[in-house]
Amino acid sequence: MTGRNLNSQPSATAFTAVDPAAGAPGTPVVALSGVSRSFGPTHALDDLSLTVRRGEILGIIGRSGAGKSTLIRCLNGLERPDSGRIEIEGRNIVGLSESELQPIRRKIGMIFQHFNLMSAKTVAENVALPLKIAGWGKAERRARALELLDLVGLSDKADAYPAALSGGQKQRVGIARALSARPALLLSDEATSALDPETTRAILTLLKDINRKLGVTVVLITHEMEVVRTIGDRVVVLEAGRVVEEGEVWHVFSDPKTELTQSLLSGIRPQLPAHIASRLASDGPETVLGVDLTDPALGNGLFSEILSHLPAAHFLHGGIDHIHDQPVARFFLTVPREPASLVDEATAYLRSINARVEVLGHVARPV
Amino acid sequence: MSPVLFNLLLQSIWETVVMTLASGVISFVAGLPLALILVATDRGGIAENMIVNRALGWVINGFRSVPFIILLVALIPITRLLVGTSLGTAAAIVPLAIAAAPYYARVAEVSLREVDPGLIEAARAMGGNRWTIVREVLVPEAMPGIVAGFTVTLVTLVGASAMAGAIGAGGLGDLAIRYGYQRFETGIMIAVVAVLIILVSGIQWLGDRLVARLDHRA
Repeated sequence: MTGRNLNSQPSATAFTAVDPAAGAPGTPVVALSGVSRSFGPTHALDDLSLTVRRGEILGIIGRSGAGKSTLIRCLNGLERPDSGRIEIEGRNIVGLSESELQPIRRKIGMIFQHFNLMSAKTVAENVALPLKIAGWGKAERRARALELLDLVGLSDKADAYPAALSGGQKQRVGIARALSARPALLLSDEATSALDPETTRAILTLLKDINRKLGVTVVLITHEMEVVRTIGDRVVVLEAGRVVEEGEVWHVFSDPKTELTQSLLSGIRPQLPAHIASRLASDGPETVLGVDLTDPALGNGLFSEILSHLPAAHFLHGGIDHIHDQPVARFFLTVPREPASLVDEATAYLRSINARVEVLGHVARPV
Repeated sequence: MSPVLFNLLLQSIWETVVMTLASGVISFVAGLPLALILVATDRGGIAENMIVNRALGWVINGFRSVPFIILLVALIPITRLLVGTSLGTAAAIVPLAIAAAPYYARVAEVSLREVDPGLIEAARAMGGNRWTIVREVLVPEAMPGIVAGFTVTLVTLVGASAMAGAIGAGGLGDLAIRYGYQRFETGIMIAVVAVLIILVSGIQWLGDRLVARLDHRA
């Protein structure tokens, strides 16, 4: 990786942000209402409605087959819905012809899981391709391409061919290409799914920087909660073409309402350790409690205060996580069942500080 | 080998080169657009049109199923119309090109089909139209295969041009039959075969070099 820290690059700040003519700040960048799309008997999208706010990073998550790909392709008209409205900057694009869609697509950047760089073009030519399509002159295209390659930290690769680049570098080129025509909206289709964890983090950081510096609205689809957690402002959980959960990322993470969300989160939230979970029974001398709590004070000693309020409890597992500076606690305790008042007191105290408490079961002996 | 025969050999080499190159260029110019139409009009293509696709497929298959020696004779009226005569090197170019163009169309079609659909999607996402996709994606990305296929077509044309000797086209094949075979001039026969080997190897070598220079995949 030749990735450089964007913050140290003066050229990035000299960058012109989003086209000021592109819609008033109040209107949503994208608004979908009642969008359906079927492939034979399968409902890829089923009466789906959602809004993308200006300047946010919206993560759309779901398992494979949930309709994510169809949804993101509807946003730039690569896929046509059977019914519903898709408004981009207030204009409904459903029913537009291919040639009417082309100028709209030029204002929407897209990056792909497999990068989709032209192997016969150099890195600079790839970045300049959207500009060529938009009718820019050769010299302007080259200058703009170099400007963007500088932004993504690949100035030295301008005249290399994509085959000579690593996966992370290819995705940086993909991002530079998606941004070259100054789009107001950037669509990311599983952009980090083919990358290793370290490269994934670097690419996500770059996307976040671009979002903050250039004000580009980002819609990303992924099957990895970690991606949403790292850079998402809001998250939409998709299942069978429907929105099953939606909200601020920290909020959904601290309080997932649906089983699907909980299951998607299972890899990155503390879970009851397997050896304890396997011993859970309906009866036993110790009660196992699962606790979820979101409170800004968690960062200022609230957590230790909680533990000191529960002297009889054993701390099993878990802790505090920070999602966008928002501390979110999730942990597991055992409390003796004798005397019976101990569990009730602990539960009552935790609820009094707005924690969610769940009795998970009982274990035979203290763990 | 007498000086007369040697001059005859030189002239035959020239005639073969002219026939091969001229019909090769024509089949490239005609075959590549046909290949693009085949790929673009196919199901899921950038200009899907199954009627055009089927019709063109049938015409191409029709031409390709007629043996070249029959095509040579059958096309005589068209050759006369275009060249003014049905004899000689110039006249042989017409049936050679008409036979090679559908062949090359099929060869180029294979290369165009191998272009990653993701690249076409990327170009569409950038707001590119069909012509952009053809010019910026399909043709450049398939170029190594397009050139490799053209090399194969040229080599095939060297062989086919020998058959054109049957209608008095001249060239190396004609020389080998009339002098080498019918007059038992073993020296001429050997010389013709040697020249053909050099010609074919040379074409293949040039083609391979060009493909290596054009190919930036991996």
